[in-house]
Amino acid sequence: MSAKTISLFDRDILRQAIADSFTKLNPRLQLKNPVMFVTLVGSLLTFEQLFSSREPFHYVLQVAFWLLFTVVFANFAEAVAEGRGKAQARALRSTRKQLVARRRTRSGGFEPVDASQLRKGDVVSVVAGEVIPGDGDVIEGAASVDESAITGESAPVIREAGGDRCAVTGGTTVLSDSLVIRITADPGEGFLDHMISLVEGATRQKTPNEIALTILLSALTVIFLLVIIALKPFGIYAGVPFSITTLIALLVCLIPTTIGGLLSAIGIAGMDRLLQRNVLAMSGRAVEAAGDIDVLLLDKTGTITLGNRQATEFIAAPGVKAELLADAAQLASLADETPEGRSIVVLAKEKFNIRARELSPPHAFVPFTAQTRMSGIDLGERMIRKGAAANVRAWVEGRGGSWPPEVSEAVDQVARGGGTPLVVADDGLVLGVVHLKDVVKGGIKERFAQLRAMGIKTVMITGDNPLTAAAIAAEAGVDDFLAQATPEMKLARIREEQASGHLVAMTGDGTNDAPALAQADVGVAMNTGTQAAKEAGNMVDLDSNPTKLLEIVEIGKQMLITRGALTTFSIANDVAKYFAIIPAMLVGVFPAIAPLNIMHLASPLSAILSAVIFNALVIIALIPLALKGVAYRPVGAAAMLQRNLLLYGVGGVLIPFVGIKLIDVLINLAHLV
Amino acid sequence: MNNPNAWLQLALYAGALLLITKPLGLYLVRVLDPRGRTGLERVVRPIERATYRLCGIDPEREQSWIGYTSAMLMFSLVGLVFTYLILRFQDRLPLNPQHLPALNPHLAFDTAASFTTNTNWQFYGGEATMSYFSQMVALTLHNWTSAAVGIGIAAALVRGIARQTAKTIGNFWCDLVRVSYYLLAPVCLVFALFLVSQGMIENFKPYTVAKTLEPYTIQVPKTDDKGQAVAGADGKPVMLDQKIDTQTIVQGPMASQVAIKMLGTNGGGYVNANAAHPFENPTPLSNFLQMLSIFAIPSALTYYLGRMVGNQRHGWAVWSAMFLMFLAGVLVAWKFEAAGNPIHQGLGVAAADGNMEGKEVRFGIFNSALFATITTDASCGAVNSMHDSFTPIGGLVPLFNIETGEVIFGGVGAGLYGMLIFVVLAVFIAGLMVGRTPEYLGKKIEAYDVKLVMLVLIVLAATILGFTAWASVSAWGAAAVANSGPHGFAEILYAFSSAVGNNGSAFAGLSGNEAHWDTTMGLAMLIGRFLMIVPILALAGNLASKKLVPPSAGTFQTEGLTFVALLVGTVLLVGALTFLPALAIGPIVEHYLMRAGTLF
Repeated sequence: MSAKTISLFDRDILRQAIADSFTKLNPRLQLKNPVMFVTLVGSLLTFEQLFSSREPFHYVLQVAFWLLFTVVFANFAEAVAEGRGKAQARALRSTRKQLVARRRTRSGGFEPVDASQLRKGDVVSVVAGEVIPGDGDVIEGAASVDESAITGESAPVIREAGGDRCAVTGGTTVLSDSLVIRITADPGEGFLDHMISLVEGATRQKTPNEIALTILLSALTVIFLLVIIALKPFGIYAGVPFSITTLIALLVCLIPTTIGGLLSAIGIAGMDRLLQRNVLAMSGRAVEAAGDIDVLLLDKTGTITLGNRQATEFIAAPGVKAELLADAAQLASLADETPEGRSIVVLAKEKFNIRARELSPPHAFVPFTAQTRMSGIDLGERMIRKGAAANVRAWVEGRGGSWPPEVSEAVDQVARGGGTPLVVADDGLVLGVVHLKDVVKGGIKERFAQLRAMGIKTVMITGDNPLTAAAIAAEAGVDDFLAQATPEMKLARIREEQASGHLVAMTGDGTNDAPALAQADVGVAMNTGTQAAKEAGNMVDLDSNPTKLLEIVEIGKQMLITRGALTTFSIANDVAKYFAIIPAMLVGVFPAIAPLNIMHLASPLSAILSAVIFNALVIIALIPLALKGVAYRPVGAAAMLQRNLLLYGVGGVLIPFVGIKLIDVLINLAHLV
Repeated sequence: MNNPNAWLQLALYAGALLLITKPLGLYLVRVLDPRGRTGLERVVRPIERATYRLCGIDPEREQSWIGYTSAMLMFSLVGLVFTYLILRFQDRLPLNPQHLPALNPHLAFDTAASFTTNTNWQFYGGEATMSYFSQMVALTLHNWTSAAVGIGIAAALVRGIARQTAKTIGNFWCDLVRVSYYLLAPVCLVFALFLVSQGMIENFKPYTVAKTLEPYTIQVPKTDDKGQAVAGADGKPVMLDQKIDTQTIVQGPMASQVAIKMLGTNGGGYVNANAAHPFENPTPLSNFLQMLSIFAIPSALTYYLGRMVGNQRHGWAVWSAMFLMFLAGVLVAWKFEAAGNPIHQGLGVAAADGNMEGKEVRFGIFNSALFATITTDASCGAVNSMHDSFTPIGGLVPLFNIETGEVIFGGVGAGLYGMLIFVVLAVFIAGLMVGRTPEYLGKKIEAYDVKLVMLVLIVLAATILGFTAWASVSAWGAAAVANSGPHGFAEILYAFSSAVGNNGSAFAGLSGNEAHWDTTMGLAMLIGRFLMIVPILALAGNLASKKLVPPSAGTFQTEGLTFVALLVGTVLLVGALTFLPALAIGPIVEHYLMRAGTLF
């Protein structure tokens, strides 16, 4: 996806957003957001006052316009947030051309049909150069497929029948060979369609916390409505004729327009930020849940370790030179294309500068088989083997060689440390042990320490035996591990954590991961995974990178913090607005109250107008913050709360004093009132 | 304020309050547990058992929030009707040596509502209206039960917070009985005896008529046989001299009532002058202990909270927030009362130490300011000085205290459950800022909880502002106001704030006891009590049913300085944002006008 290249404030997006902010003025749309609806109604009532108010025409007009702008600015924020998603949706749609698929008929032949005619269960054939007409599973053949339309990743991937790499997505292109595919989604329900509607925000629903927050904001609006309505009779009693314009101005300043206007933009931006990292969240709810996660189930391979065991040490048998061991091991591994085998060649070069060499015939490589559990090389009569200790021992002893007890010791020691021992023998002679080790990714330990400070527990999932698992867990600094894990154990573990109140996130790709993905509060399916896994999870990582889970949690948290920070800021702002407007409302009848005008605003009218303008402009000023999210640092809750309370609570009280004063100076300079 | 004695008294008060909080809180834990051992079982247990048997109560069977609420509402309704009937038929009931007549329907309604709701607003003077029977049975009954109900509800809410995936929040009847028998009765018994030792009266004698030391003469209108004023030739009433040389001195069972009036934060005075009267507050020591008894249970309940939820630091954080707001109130009220009235000072008629208008000389500036702050922080409403006569800002403090929702220690039980509403609100708003959806002590705060919390706040604001707005522009409203201008407005605002906050103290300038006032005030009190309690019990039920999220380093912390500051900020901000415009038109304008030379 070309997502990464679209800037947040791309010119096209802005142009579209400006247009949208006016079309969104439709009262029926505004009704969904009570705070902005009240503002809109207030603006309209103020326009109506133009012709009946005794206040200066230009003053009422300006108030009315700024109130309208308040709504427009809020619309603009939402439109900008939606803009990038819409642009991406357009790009995705463009890949969706009129396709002709070759559908298998009952007789076994193939007939051309329009792709939109394909139904679940249909079987189609796709050859190199063609676009796959719909989501499905490969049932015959293997091919390399370009999935860049979805993932943005240009390197092709292999798709083949059977196993966990059988799922293909409509809209991707077959580069070589051919596939026979069983379609698994009806038209309009495929992954690409789903993705388009997600990035477009068409199916966006309010998340539980958004609903709760909307209730809070609506209730605050009701309270302030009551305050303002009661002010009219209070004024009659006190002999102060409050004008409708002033009362509406005060009302809009008090109701939480800032957060009310930015709330949906924050939610959309949260999903968008995930999308920037190539993670597709199926709902806003999932993003919100990500913030709450306190247990991470992480697959060892690929997340915690580099994915493959690597040779790290040559432990020579007594009386054998380490260099000899390295030389034999390298010879035995030259044809071994497994990562382990290659790592032995690399280590031999690093340690002893033994280079890869051309072997003169006669020689024959002996591949690894499940029976022998050894691999190696035959150089004429000379036979070199490497493999598991027990098998090599049997082989050596069968050839009349002896097994030194020191080798057994070395083997045990390597196993205890979580490594895999590989014994190398040259004919009847045991040369020593190669230490294969899972290499923990750099920086992962620090990452886990940060997570712990944030209150998130990490659990490593691995198929290794408990001994190996414990050693790696200790090295990586995870809090807990699940050894010899089966999908059932994974599921049980998730249920167990949830029962004790935790929220759990995990990644998975295989079909047997599907139940666990569905059970987890945040289940991130790898895009390379099976269709079943993708459907079970509530997020899909298009890059298929399990480490993403950490970023997903951070993005969830960042979105929640942004929401809380702007709510706090919005409510705290009201203090200064009172100090601007209340003296202005009363000073005409009670001149003695002038000292309460602590900002020394020039006149009652300019004071009220300044507050209204500030209230509108602050929305615009906060759009970047709402879209990018507040600065986030992985620290504990206490430190985070303290910092954010100071910044957005105390700051929220103080900033508007400055802002309103500044605007008051400006509008008096410009003689606007 | 440079009065070392006053600072010492403040320190003493704070120290004593701090000292009793933990032991009384621990005692509450035992009282509010049906199986708790209080040490009084030998004497009380048989009576408790007999009560359960007589009323068919199974104290071990807990109720859902709906069951608890229904029982509470039914009990309160019966009490309301019971009191109404006694007041209406007081003239035919015993223990009425002064032969006082029955109350009219609206005053009886207002008074019944007032005592049922733990408000104790009085549109009457006790000594001139209530028989001993009415005082002891109709009114004191509620002094006990409304306090016990409040404590029970606070306990139910705390249980809701502490429990997980539970369906019940306690047994209303059991709470009511145990609080009355194990807490209120023994403490009041000792406290009443102590008050008697200080010189408070406790008897059934008719009022004493005594010769005054200095006879004086006043002018009264001449009346005919029917009691109508007689007009002279010029149309004005004919005035006659009347010599005053006797006075009526009140008698009756006072100490027994005053003990529960203070401890149960009721506040309804036995006599009109309330705790300013020498009988109702005889000595500095009685004054000190009465003030302490107002805060005693509300303060101890914060300890109960901490103990029950297994986080004592949270209990102390709530206590600290309350204490800080209390301290700020005292200091502001004291400062402005001590500064006095600049106009009086200009005329050379001011008392040396500040604004002494409406204050009892025995108590002086500081103890009046302290008492006024305490009685309005807690929804007690007893007074030892007239809040109406405070300086504008001095009077704004009690008014604002009430308008915070009576959560600065607050009424017994009511203070804690009111404060917990703000705790939930604070947690919901600020909780997001730690990057998790809000949770309070492991309970997720979701849409339904927010709905209930905001319902409470809307009801409070709507009732106070609505009735004040109505009264301020209606003939019946204006007729009752003694003072003009912003001060008159403050009297109306104070009355409805006091009613909704279930406080009961008044800006004395207001003369109610008229059908509109009695009815609106009665309604305001009922709304302020029950429309607050029902959502709170619903919240208790909802919280009880939730799962508990285990705490971690990422959990929002409901303890420590940050949380205290957040809670104080939330209470003040909500109060200020709701009532600032009204306060501006009342005391704030009055303050600036006073400085400019105008009084009302």
